[in-house]
Amino acid sequence: MSTKVRERTKGGVGESLRRVDGAPKVKGQFLYGSDLWAEDMLWGFTVRSPHPHARIRAIDISQALTYPGVHAALVAADVPGKKTYGLEIVDQPVLAWERVRYQGEPVALVAAADLETAKRAAERIKVDYEVLPAVADMEQALRRGAPRVHDHGNVLKHIHIEHGNPDVRADLWVDGYYETGMQDQAILGPESGMAVPAEDGGVDLYVATQWLHVDQEQVAPCLDLPKEKVRLHLAGVGGAFGSREDVSMHIHACMLALRTGRSVKMVYSREESFFGHVHRHPARIWMRHGASRDGKLICVRVRMVIDGGAYASSSPAVITNASTFAAGPYEVPNVLIDGTAVFTNNPPCGAMRGFGAVQACFGYEAQMDKLAARVGIDPVELRLRNALSTGSVLPTGQVIRGSAPVREVIRRCAALPLPPQPVERDPITYPGGAGNVSRGERLRQGTGFAIGYKNIAYSAGFDDSAEARVKLFAGAGGPVAEVHSAAAEVGQGVHTVLVQIAREELGIDQVTLHPPDTMVGSAGSSSASRQTMMSGGAVQLACRAVRDQLFERVRQWARTRGLTLAGELRIMGADVVTDGRRLAPVVDFLEQPVVATRVYHHRKTTPMDERGQGDVHVTFAFAAQRAVVEVDEELGLVRVVQVACVQDVGHALNPQSVYGQIEGGTAQGLGLAVMEEIQIKDGRVLNPSFTDYLIPTILDMPPVVSELVEEPEPGVPFGAKGVGEPSTVVSTAAIAAALRAATGRELNRVPVRPDDLIGLEPPRKSSGPPPAVKGVA
Amino acid sequence: MRIHLPRTLDEALEIKATDPEAVPLAGGTDLMVLLNFDRLRPAAMLEVSRLPELRAWRWENGTFLLGAGVTYSRIVSSLTEFKPLVEASRTVGSPQIRNRATIGGNLGTASPAGDALPVLAAYDAEVVLIKAGGKTRTLPWHQFLVGPKRNALAPDELILGVRWTVTRGPGSFSKIGTRNAMVIAVAGLCLVMDEGQRQLRVALGSVGPTILRAPDAEAFASKALTGAGAWEDPRAALPPRVLEEFGERVAAAARPIDDVRGTAAYRRHACRVLGRRALAWALEDRKLRG
Repeated sequence: MSTKVRERTKGGVGESLRRVDGAPKVKGQFLYGSDLWAEDMLWGFTVRSPHPHARIRAIDISQALTYPGVHAALVAADVPGKKTYGLEIVDQPVLAWERVRYQGEPVALVAAADLETAKRAAERIKVDYEVLPAVADMEQALRRGAPRVHDHGNVLKHIHIEHGNPDVRADLWVDGYYETGMQDQAILGPESGMAVPAEDGGVDLYVATQWLHVDQEQVAPCLDLPKEKVRLHLAGVGGAFGSREDVSMHIHACMLALRTGRSVKMVYSREESFFGHVHRHPARIWMRHGASRDGKLICVRVRMVIDGGAYASSSPAVITNASTFAAGPYEVPNVLIDGTAVFTNNPPCGAMRGFGAVQACFGYEAQMDKLAARVGIDPVELRLRNALSTGSVLPTGQVIRGSAPVREVIRRCAALPLPPQPVERDPITYPGGAGNVSRGERLRQGTGFAIGYKNIAYSAGFDDSAEARVKLFAGAGGPVAEVHSAAAEVGQGVHTVLVQIAREELGIDQVTLHPPDTMVGSAGSSSASRQTMMSGGAVQLACRAVRDQLFERVRQWARTRGLTLAGELRIMGADVVTDGRRLAPVVDFLEQPVVATRVYHHRKTTPMDERGQGDVHVTFAFAAQRAVVEVDEELGLVRVVQVACVQDVGHALNPQSVYGQIEGGTAQGLGLAVMEEIQIKDGRVLNPSFTDYLIPTILDMPPVVSELVEEPEPGVPFGAKGVGEPSTVVSTAAIAAALRAATGRELNRVPVRPDDLIGLEPPRKSSGPPPAVKGVA
Repeated sequence: MRIHLPRTLDEALEIKATDPEAVPLAGGTDLMVLLNFDRLRPAAMLEVSRLPELRAWRWENGTFLLGAGVTYSRIVSSLTEFKPLVEASRTVGSPQIRNRATIGGNLGTASPAGDALPVLAAYDAEVVLIKAGGKTRTLPWHQFLVGPKRNALAPDELILGVRWTVTRGPGSFSKIGTRNAMVIAVAGLCLVMDEGQRQLRVALGSVGPTILRAPDAEAFASKALTGAGAWEDPRAALPPRVLEEFGERVAAAARPIDDVRGTAAYRRHACRVLGRRALAWALEDRKLRG
């Protein structure tokens, strides 16, 4: 018998394996949530409030019910169970009753034979509103006498972090005030799903989401059904970036399906999508940095207010995050940070890639540049002098135990090659692009540098564990490992990485994925850059358990045959081997499949105490970016010429995916820096379309030169840190810094507008001193 | 909804005569958005994108007639002698949109942000309308574009095309948006130097209720060119500050508003800069040509 065996598993960990969902997506064959279809299905449609704040006097659905083709029209009274849902605070009405608190809040539902009929019928639902004054500004919301969005007041969550002596003296102080606009995730596939009523009185919901189980936990009580009767299945997800953490059409489609006994499909239009999910919180940030003459940070004082909009969503966690990161990836012995999320009658804000760290980074990195100028040293050098490292103490008192190669990230980023100066240029490469506005007049180049960091996985005592089930069975062409995980593939590549991990652990070539659903335990959310670590960890544990069970069968088999197995057993492709010798085909031991289910927990964290102290975050990933921009200083138009990025990734399990995440994250950060903003006036969205909510095109997106720092994180599977968010955290700050360098202007608000770049609009000023909350300074 | 699918222009005009409610559909760039957003629900639609008569162009006695159904992709690839028109066409939407969108669509929608419209205004173009029986009516561009998203098309008419006198001389089109491609204009400007008539013409888009010309700036520049002998001699130097002054006068012609895409102050400023640059480029291009 041949003894030659391959040394390495093909398609295992560390390889740039092609995406398992890549080919169908590129060919247009991938089925997204919006492609769901069932024989005899109905279409659901949502009636939404046109007002940011109003009392509902009455709703008359009679005209809709009699409209031909309509099968159901439902209002709040028809919600079978709990009337509200929510991720952290259960405050959001399934359907509004008595009051609507933001423009676009769902008020009623219609199911009809087709979408057009549903829309026509929805127009026949008469809602009698008494319009109320709207709380449209986050600072005004905190003023005494402001109208209350909720009876319990307008403070959604306040975070207070105090470390060392914040009243300490310093040689130098720099002050700054910063604002960020409301960014949309701009998911390419709007909210979509289909609810299918089941014979047991329950419902199967196929939905494009980020976390099946947290949806299930919120949907079931509202339907007054036990969890096991509300089965969720992942439909094809067209991007998420946080926008699918909250429930959207889930409960509505289920209500309509249960009422009509028919499958009900709901798909939001692009315009509706802008009203149908949460956005990135706009922020107002006051910062005061004190340092020694040689640029060592002595004290950082921060006041940050973020606009949570009408309902809580994940605002408490976002303001916690924003506050804990407000001093930046620097050693600061004395810190005072006050962060407040407020309720307003603006659209609800919640999770978006970067989760509070983006807004904080825009502020603290601007401050670091100001400080470098004041001290008179290079901005990169100032960052090196203050950078965190393993063993550093954070403002929360948390000591960094894992890898923190911040200085290496900074140094390598600063050393990346600058863009070449082109000899001849196509006019399309000037700021203004295809618009033909320039032949190279009045161009100013600027370079900016920023570093930042982000926590991986959920924080503050939350155990966001992940479960995975692995089944090894005899397939037609040999042994097959099937991975069953509820981890949502949202375009980030988690399914590919899970396959790679299973191959690596089991040594089996053929790995398949069971469709993600709630028949396996929770994987936690595809958020917080956590799935590679969490679901990857669960798959690793389950594979090891499967392997142990299989080898137990091998040993038994060997015993019955009187064989002694001295060496270590391994699986190589289709065979069990020992001592480099093929022992038997794996399928010989798979008369019965081997199955194991395992749960991965990250290390325990703790909530913050009243002074904001605690072992809050699991681990951190760092990134540095250097942006080179070109500004037409007369027209205020921008072209980002290059972004150089070095990211701390622990261990790149699929390098191509990692680079892809860096580039995508950079594009999203670029969007916030120069164009992306949901514009709101008096609580109303002015630009709910891709015509007027602009996201970067390929002409706006520069080449991204990136390198990875691979210093494995101790105690996590394969030493791999999450990679989805750090580039987004820093790129906005780096590009804003480059724009400041190019124009010499303060630019304290993103997105930067042409008016800001040419001085038509002065820097933003706060409406007064930072607002206080309940006696907090 | 009634959908008409005529195969010839005559057939289309007969339909338009009997069913004047029918909304013409060519590329659908604007119309389908209105339909999808539920802002328009026409009783009937008339598909005109396959009519060969509208997809043609021809030169006649020093004028050029561009059929309403010609797409921006075809303009870009085939009508390179009209440089400002090509430059404007290249800024329309994305390649996919340019493959469908037509010059007639810009005229039919009559939006002040229609990318090709400032070019037609600077060309002093006239719009040719036609109705059943082949009867045509011709209107100067400014009598056709009567207001924001309003034109002078009668219910029984279709836009046959747009005609202008072919001129000699440089010119350009520029468009500002807040991203580098696929953007609705915050401001657009077309400048044409008509060396035959010794006249400089400049038109503005997205900075008023409709397309605007800047007659004061045009007269000022034409005169300055005459004064400097620049019409005869492309190398003749213009007095200092002519470019600046021209830009100021272009800006003064704008009637901008604040909206979600930009501020009035920025739009006016952009007209100033674009006007100055466009005149400088035209002078530069003449020198290069000799």
